[in-house]
Parts: sequence; structure tokens; C-alpha cells
Amino acid sequence: MKNWLHTIQQNKRLQAIIVGLYIVVTFFSLYLAQKSVVAFLLLLSSLLLLYFTTFSNRVKWLIGGVVMVVLLPLAASQGEAYQSYMEVATLVGIYIAMALGLNIVVGMAGLLDLGFVAFFALGAYTYGIFATGQANNFMPFGHYPLSGESFWVFIFIGCFVAALFGILLGVPVLRVKGDYLAIVTLGFGEIIRIIFNNLDKPVNITNGAMGLASVQPPRLFGIDFMYPSQFYYIVLVILITVIFAVRRLEFSKIGRAWKAVRENEIAAQAMGIHLVKTKLMAFAVGASFSGMMGVVFAAKQTFVDPTSFTLLESITILVMVILGGMGSVPGVILGAALVTILNLQVLTELTNWLNQLSLNGVINVPDALSPAKMQRFIFGVILILFALYRPQGLLPAKNPVFDEKELKDADKLVNAGVQKEVPQNVHLDS
Amino acid sequence: MINEVLHTLPQVLIDGLTLGAVYAIVALGYTMVYGILELINFAHGEIFMTGAFVGTAILLTFAGFGWLASMPALVALVLVLVVTSVVTGLLGMGIERVAYRPLRNAPKLITLITAIGVSFLLQDIVRFIAELKNGNYILTGPSLFSGQIGIKASSISSIFNDASVKSSFFIVLIVAVIMMVTLDFFVNKTKWGMAMRAVAQDRETAALMSVNVNKVIALTFFIGSALGGATGVLFAIQYGTIDPYIGFILGLKAFTAAVLGGIGNIRGAMFGGILLGVMEMFAAANLPVVSHGVLGAEYKDVFAFAILIIVLIFKPEGLFGKVSVEKV
Repeated sequence: MKNWLHTIQQNKRLQAIIVGLYIVVTFFSLYLAQKSVVAFLLLLSSLLLLYFTTFSNRVKWLIGGVVMVVLLPLAASQGEAYQSYMEVATLVGIYIAMALGLNIVVGMAGLLDLGFVAFFALGAYTYGIFATGQANNFMPFGHYPLSGESFWVFIFIGCFVAALFGILLGVPVLRVKGDYLAIVTLGFGEIIRIIFNNLDKPVNITNGAMGLASVQPPRLFGIDFMYPSQFYYIVLVILITVIFAVRRLEFSKIGRAWKAVRENEIAAQAMGIHLVKTKLMAFAVGASFSGMMGVVFAAKQTFVDPTSFTLLESITILVMVILGGMGSVPGVILGAALVTILNLQVLTELTNWLNQLSLNGVINVPDALSPAKMQRFIFGVILILFALYRPQGLLPAKNPVFDEKELKDADKLVNAGVQKEVPQNVHLDS
Repeated sequence: MINEVLHTLPQVLIDGLTLGAVYAIVALGYTMVYGILELINFAHGEIFMTGAFVGTAILLTFAGFGWLASMPALVALVLVLVVTSVVTGLLGMGIERVAYRPLRNAPKLITLITAIGVSFLLQDIVRFIAELKNGNYILTGPSLFSGQIGIKASSISSIFNDASVKSSFFIVLIVAVIMMVTLDFFVNKTKWGMAMRAVAQDRETAALMSVNVNKVIALTFFIGSALGGATGVLFAIQYGTIDPYIGFILGLKAFTAAVLGGIGNIRGAMFGGILLGVMEMFAAANLPVVSHGVLGAEYKDVFAFAILIIVLIFKPEGLFGKVSVEKV
């Protein structure tokens, strides 16, 4: 087995054949068997297979792009399950972006944030309030709801608002560390939720627990974006921007500063890292991704209410980061995809299957044990097992290793770059 | 406006005191564990919740056999308290053994994550069992002490309104005081208490002085969790209705109380608990009055969290705590 893997790793043509064959087979299996969730998931996991190949980054992105943009929607669009597949894919994208945001805060900067969903809520409400008639209650000028064209501006506004609140949260919170920080951010998340839940008086801003209904769909060139299959492309574009930004940030000066702060705050300070600036930056950047996706989420659901932003959501995103591997971008993407699919597809499918069995009288599963209600249990188990046995997660974070001699030789070349990547144990200390 | 506030003051104080007593005992559990391990036992709120459920289950079983009517309420209470605290104490020890001990030298972030995991696990397990047995996870226990006692506060001064007290209030208060005094005595006067304080000071040195550190930590978890579980029973008796998700927010508030009093300090935790309980009730009763209905009673949680944030930022050592110097 090891030999096999080794030969495959050596031989790029073999890899190309395997990946190509895999994509073709799963593509056709989804194309032909429309109702098969398994085929859909297998086609999605071709991206994971792609990640493990030794192609250059550009080739990987190219193939991945083709799969995501053309093959997946094309194969899924042949049957009535199309929209539900795209719904899942869209939500996966939204959660990946959020998990990447939290990954910056927790994984890279080592600041445990248990109220992360608050930023998502801020983004969602920012768009929700202005894209419904709600804003008429407190905005004396302007005509609301704003038309769907404003959605594209609101992506940036949501991003900005969330970043602003990230900084606002960060400024006072910077004085506390470790567990205290976790509790304070948890409190912040709860405060935001309670405020949104009660901000229907004296001025009705958020419509309280009733939520905001019929949010305007985004509109571009006169086309309304109503279906998940359309949102899929919006999310894809934002997601690719986010991934690109995260990769660039990770290896930039600020990214290295985050990791230094995570490893040892005092040592980092001694090396001239501005602690306040670094931490605030982490909060702001992490929050901004979440805010952006909040806007998309509000537009997609066309309904916003406080129940979507509970502590369970914050923990869900944390589970994604831990499962994938704190600090590791590919890991977090994998973790987010796994958890979202688990929640949306696997658990519901299992529930349906068990219900079917009980209906047929094969076995009798009490309602209390239905898998759809098992989320907390599963998350708890994942958190404990991974913290105990695999704190680095599924795909551990890697740091680039530089060869000193080669760097010196290539002094003139500005792009003397990343040589190879070796696994590095994520060491988080608060 | 002031008149209105004063009118309700006696009732607010009594309700606040009850809630504060609950907070205080739960806060003790946080403080003990933090004092020794410097670890926030996030799952403590869930242990409290489990205690409430175990206690209610026992009471319901008693009621089902018809024993509850035949034995004096006080005997039933003591019995339930003892059984529940043993169960939750063992649960706490188990949690420590599984989720905290293997990670004792790991970074704090990781321990915190297992703690969150444990609390989610407990919430769901309790929900399963309750829903399986009962069909619904919201439980209402039999009322043990349902008498109402009126307090004629208006006879002191006509400004105050009369208040009424459930007789279980006294039980809660008395049991809480007994638990706190016993614990204070235990930690400060007995040999095991001394061992605990030694471990809190310096684990390695204590080990060299032939203190069995693992045993002491297990004992701390046992006592802290037993107190938490017993408080759960008191809570269930006082408030009647419980669900598996009461523990988290209440645990958070108890933690706030512990921080307010100075975490690691047992007397501070008691004081912080009572103070927070009274303040919260005061806020719940008077926020709508003071703000002319703009802020409803729902904002009392915001109030509690705001206190937490303010204390952590401006006086992280709490009211009675010592300033700790960070070791590099």
C-alpha cells in the first residue's frame, strides 16, 4: 500500500489519470443518478483528492475551478434535486468563509472567540433592515426597501460593519486573555442576540423575535437572484476572494505576527510586534468575512430572525475549525464542508431513513433519538475526541520552511520563495 | 419613579436573594476548580443542570410510588440532596478523569474546548433521557414546599409594598448557607482542605510534600460538582420547571459572580453571587420603569454580561481577589 502511494506520488501522469477518471466517473454517476446524494458528495470530494496531488497550485486551481463552476452545477442540474444540491453547496460556501474568518482569530492569532456568529448576524441584519420596509421606521430620508441592486454594495457595507464591530469588541477585550476572552466574547455574542431580539421598541428596527420577512433578492442586469443555483455563483466568487485573501494574509507580515502572538505573546512583543494592532486586525479581518456572508445569507433565506444566531452556531463554526485543523486553511475548508454536509445532508437523510424504517415497522426509533436532533451530541464528541487525540485536526497546519543558503544565493531574486512545506505542530497557548 | 422602585423593593430583594444564593453555590464550584487548576470548568453549569434533572427524577419516582405523601418533605429533601450530590459529584470526577486530566499540561485553549464539548454532550444526553422517558424535555417536578408566606413590609413604612415568599425560599437559603459554611470550614480547617490549598499554590512542590495531587484534584471536582448538583435540586424546587439548557446561561452568570467576587476566592464567590442575583432582579424589575418601557426585563441578561465585561476589563482580580502576577 505504501509502495503504491509512493509510486503514485512520484508519477504525475498517473495522478492526472486517477483524478481525471475519478471526476469523470463521479460526474456521470451524478448525471445519471440524480437522487443519489452519495454521488453528489463523491463529486465534491474530488476537490479533496485534487488537494493531495502534487500538481502545481495553478493547475489545482484550474481543475478545481472547472469542477466547481461547470461540472458540479451541470451534473446536478439534470433532475429535480438540483436546487437542494445547490442549496447545500451554497451553505457549504457560506460556512467555509465564516470558518476561515474564525480560523484567523482562533487558529492563527490564538484568541478563542465564542461569539463569532454575532458578526454574521450583524451582516445579515445590515442587509435585512435596509432591504425590507423596516428601515422606514427610523430612517427619515430615502425610500425602502432598497432595490436588489444595492445588494452588491451591501456586501461591502456588511463587511465593513462587521469589521467595525470586531474592532469595537476587540478594543476593550484586548485586556483579557485566554479563558476570560472566551467568556467575554461569548457574552458579547449573547448580548448582540438579545439586542436584536428586543430591538422592536421604542423604535422598531429589527422587528424583534418576529424577524424580517421577504428580504429583497439581489438583482443584476435586471435578473433577480432567487434560486440557490444562482446564489451558488455569488458565494463561489466571494469564497474564492476570501480564500485568496486568507492565503495572502497568512504568509504576509501580519500573518506571521498573528502566529507569533499565538505562540507567545510576550516574546512576540519583545520582537517588536504591536500587540494591540495585531489582535485588532485579527478580529476585524475575521469578522469582515463573516459579515459579508451574513449579507449573502440574509438575501438567500429572504428571512432573518434571531434564532439563526445562537451559541450553537458559534460552536458549530468552532467545531469546523477544530475538526479541520486550527490555523490550516485547507483543513478549515475541509472541516467546514464536512460539518455542513453532516448537518444538512447526512443527519437529515439518516433521520428520513430511520423514519421510513419505523413506518414500515422494522425497528422502532423513538423521536427523542432522531439523528437530526443529535447535533449537539455529535459536536460534543468531535470537540472532545479531537482535542484529546488530534488537536492538529484532519489536515494539520503547515509552515513554509526556508533554506537559508538558497535564500542567500537567490538574494537578487525577489521571489525566492517557498521551498517545501513540512508539517508543523500547532501549538496554542493562551 | 423612585416611588415605584421602592414599592417593589422588598419583593425584588427577596427574589434577588434566592437567585443570588443559587448563583453563589454554583460560583463556588467554578472558584474551587479555578483556584486549583486555573481552569474554567465550562461544564459546571451542565453539572448543575444534571443535578436538577436527577433530583426531579428522584422526586417524581417517589411521587410515583406514593412515598412523597407519606414522608415528611424535609426528609425527602435531604434524601434527594444527598443522592443527587453523590451522583453529580461522581459525574464531575468522571469528567475530570476523561476530559481534563489527559490535558493537564496542554495549552489552555485545548482544555477549554474539551470543556465546551463536555457541556454540549451533557446537554444532549440529558435531553435524550428526559425526552425518552417523558416525551418532552421540559420537566416540572412535584412541589415540595409550596406554602406562601406574606411579609408585611408595608408596616415598616408605607413606601414599600408587601412581599410574598414561597416557603421553599427559606429552604434554599438555609441549605445554601449550610453548604457554604461547611465548605469554608472544610477548605480552611481540615487536612484535605490544606492539601487543596497546597496544590493550588504549587502543584509540583505539593507533590514533593507527599500530597497526592491527582486525588486532591479529583476530590475538588467531586466537592465542586456535588455542590453544583445539590444547587440544581434547590433550583428545581424553587422554580419548578427545568429544561436541559438552563445550565449554560446560569453557569455563565455564576461564573460572572465568581469573577465579580474574585475568582479563586471562596468568600468572594459567595458575595459575588448574592450581589449579582440582587442586581439582576433589580434590573429585571426596574429597567422598564426607569427607562419608561424602552428597555424590557429581557435586558437583564445583557445587564449581567455587561457587568462581567466591565469587571474583567477594569478589575479582573475581582472585588476580593489578589492581583496575580503573570509568570513568563
